[in-house]
Amino acid sequence: MAAAIEVSGLQKNFGLTRALDGLDLAVERGEVHGFLGPNGSGKSTTLRILLGLLRADGGEARLLGQDPWADAVSLHGRLAYVPGDVTLWPALSGGEVIDLLGRLRGSLDIRRRDSLIRRFDLDPTKRSRTYSKGNRQKVALIAALSSSVELLLLDEPTSGLDPLMEAEFRSCIQEERSAGRTVLLSSHILSEVEALCQKVTIIRDGKTVESGAISELRHLTRTIVIAEVDHPPHDLNSISGVYDVSVDGPRVECRAESESLNALLQRLSECGVRSLTTRPPTLEEMFLRHYELDPSHPAPGC
Amino acid sequence: MTVLAGTGRLVRLAIRLDRVRLAVWIVAMATLTFAVASAFQELYPTIDSRRLFADTLGRTPALVALTGRGFNLLSIGGLTSWRIGGFGATLVGLLGIFTVVRHTRAEEEAGRLELVGSAMVGRYAPLVAALAVAFGATLAIGIAIGVALSVLGEPAAGSLALGLAFTSAGWSFAALAAVAAQLTHSARAAGGLAGTALGVSFLLRAAGDSAGSGGMAILSWLSPIGWSQQVRPFANERWEVFLLPAGLVTVCVALSAALVSRRDLGEGLIPARPGPADAAGGLDTPAKLAWRIHRGHFAAWLGAFVVLGSVFGLLAEGISGMLDDSPELAEIFERMGGVQEDILRAYFAAVMGVVALLAAAYAIQAALRLRSEELAGRLDPVLASPVSRRRWLLGHVGIVLGGAACLLFAAGFLTGLVHGLQSGGPGAALRDLAPAALLQFPAVAVMAGLTVALFGLWPRASAASWAVLAGVAVITHLGGLLQFPMWVLNLSPFEHVPVFFLDGFALVPTLLLIGAASALTGIGLLGFVRRDVG
Repeated sequence: MAAAIEVSGLQKNFGLTRALDGLDLAVERGEVHGFLGPNGSGKSTTLRILLGLLRADGGEARLLGQDPWADAVSLHGRLAYVPGDVTLWPALSGGEVIDLLGRLRGSLDIRRRDSLIRRFDLDPTKRSRTYSKGNRQKVALIAALSSSVELLLLDEPTSGLDPLMEAEFRSCIQEERSAGRTVLLSSHILSEVEALCQKVTIIRDGKTVESGAISELRHLTRTIVIAEVDHPPHDLNSISGVYDVSVDGPRVECRAESESLNALLQRLSECGVRSLTTRPPTLEEMFLRHYELDPSHPAPGC
Repeated sequence: MTVLAGTGRLVRLAIRLDRVRLAVWIVAMATLTFAVASAFQELYPTIDSRRLFADTLGRTPALVALTGRGFNLLSIGGLTSWRIGGFGATLVGLLGIFTVVRHTRAEEEAGRLELVGSAMVGRYAPLVAALAVAFGATLAIGIAIGVALSVLGEPAAGSLALGLAFTSAGWSFAALAAVAAQLTHSARAAGGLAGTALGVSFLLRAAGDSAGSGGMAILSWLSPIGWSQQVRPFANERWEVFLLPAGLVTVCVALSAALVSRRDLGEGLIPARPGPADAAGGLDTPAKLAWRIHRGHFAAWLGAFVVLGSVFGLLAEGISGMLDDSPELAEIFERMGGVQEDILRAYFAAVMGVVALLAAAYAIQAALRLRSEELAGRLDPVLASPVSRRRWLLGHVGIVLGGAACLLFAAGFLTGLVHGLQSGGPGAALRDLAPAALLQFPAVAVMAGLTVALFGLWPRASAASWAVLAGVAVITHLGGLLQFPMWVLNLSPFEHVPVFFLDGFALVPTLLLIGAASALTGIGLLGFVRRDVG
């Protein structure tokens, strides 16, 4: 069976602006895949190409083994999409929009729709023009989740949702995951991606800068080590692969690459360790590391 | 005054956004007036030549209904005022409506007014700024017309009076639109409400003017378009008539300001009712969604066409008595887009021309929904479901064309029915007029096809189809008077429509128009399935 999403070297220009510049993205079936990048990095453009709304200028894109542009109609029966900026027909009620989108897709599970409406606490009788941003988002989410499709393409689906609804969304995605559906989740909320996704792809300026399982990405990055010692050492900097050393009285904090951990711990133990904390970097730290730096000065070790 | 804080900046913003649009309007209106006046100078250079014209005209209620009463038709200025007074005032009124709705309710509906309102902007500032821009633009049109006619050597007072008469219509309808924008939720509904007021004004004036000196003549005085003509430019101008639009503007501005301070941002005065919790069985295909999107709009147009057809039918009675041969009158009709034959038929031919242009306006407005659905982002979820672009586009096009055909039929049927009932038997009139109206359909379809072609190939220019319609309207209504060369006249699809009750059902031009409409629609479809969406 073909992979859910295979994208390589994708290019897209809008006039003189290069939106995508050789983007790669691979999503396996049954995977919940995080798609990260700052504003304007090309996440929505990628999704719109995958939906056949935009035509790629170069590179390859395959969705469920088919061509997203040429086979758009047959593909769309197998996927559901939640746009980043949901606009609805002002005169239709939320319930009407949910039913309409489900029927257009050809798969509307009434029971599931009703239970989702309850879970997301949506009033389906209100006209769309009176919905807040969060409520419009709920309408699009319920419409997508009440279908029985293979692939969900979600473009920042929780923007505008309150924390309670966000938790509800997370449990829905967990259910989708255990049901074996594939989800591509574009998001800014790193804790959400961390909680839901096995794999992530991080893009910047239309290019993929990092991709893989979150655990692997962590392995590639520096561990944070915090220790309290009897005699603070002053030569930690000399160990190769140890960075950002700060010593504050007995407290020592630094970051170390995986290969240097052994040497670091040996040196610390010579200083009489009273307490030791190590933690892997959060996704947020990994993310920031990619974006805080000037592109012409790549971070050492990445 | 804190309630007006920021007005100046908002005025500048609106002018920045509308600078091309407004400049085109000002130049086009002044050029049109100039062209008509200089055409009259050429066609009727002497008083005697104009006297003949004036004599026939005064006796023709149906003609008066279409254009308004003429005053001092022995002067070039008087002729010009008569010929384009009602038409021009209607157009400038439309500009007033567009401008005010665009900068009030449309901004509010798009959510931009919320952002603007959170800055140091007074409660009344957006409304006052929109009115100021509309008033300024229509005043500029008035002054430009005054200057253009003075340059041609017409009396300065009359020139200015005609220009300001147009301005007064612009101000009146801008102020009415300001009230309408407070009442409704959507810009479309606000424009529709104000547009209805404009249509009613036109019909009141038509009914009042054609009544001659009878009791019904008072109807003209209930219409801002009527007021603009009662100023009587070039015929001992009655400047005091401007007090009527001034009064209306004062009342409407005060009312709209009062409404602004009473309602919440984003709300109208008519609260939204809850809708059904789930979609009825009908809403399951893109075509049915398209119908749902179009139906309210279509119903409003259908109502307008029913009224229009009935009024045109009623007015025909006045002309029946004029069946004695009057070549001068027939010539006038011919120059208005009618054909030279007996006068009643010429009248009906002119009426069908007006009906066809209005149906084309409906078709363009409805076809532009394609673009507004795309721009609003509502096209994305539909195309992200297994609906092909072709199916979506053709669903809308089907409703646009079906709607236009219904409108044409309704107008033709009611003109024939009402006229027939008055003249003793609807049979013959119906047999003539309903098919005559439907024969306009291929030309209307060409205008719809043009809009679709622009949408497919050059979406950002979709609205340019309005400019094409304006050009076609000038060709139809003024092409004869302005003595356009044949190839220019041939550019308008409506010039190729056979007149049913004169030519019968001429197959070749009809087929050619249908071919052109199909080709344009096909080109638009091909462009759309190949281009990026959004």
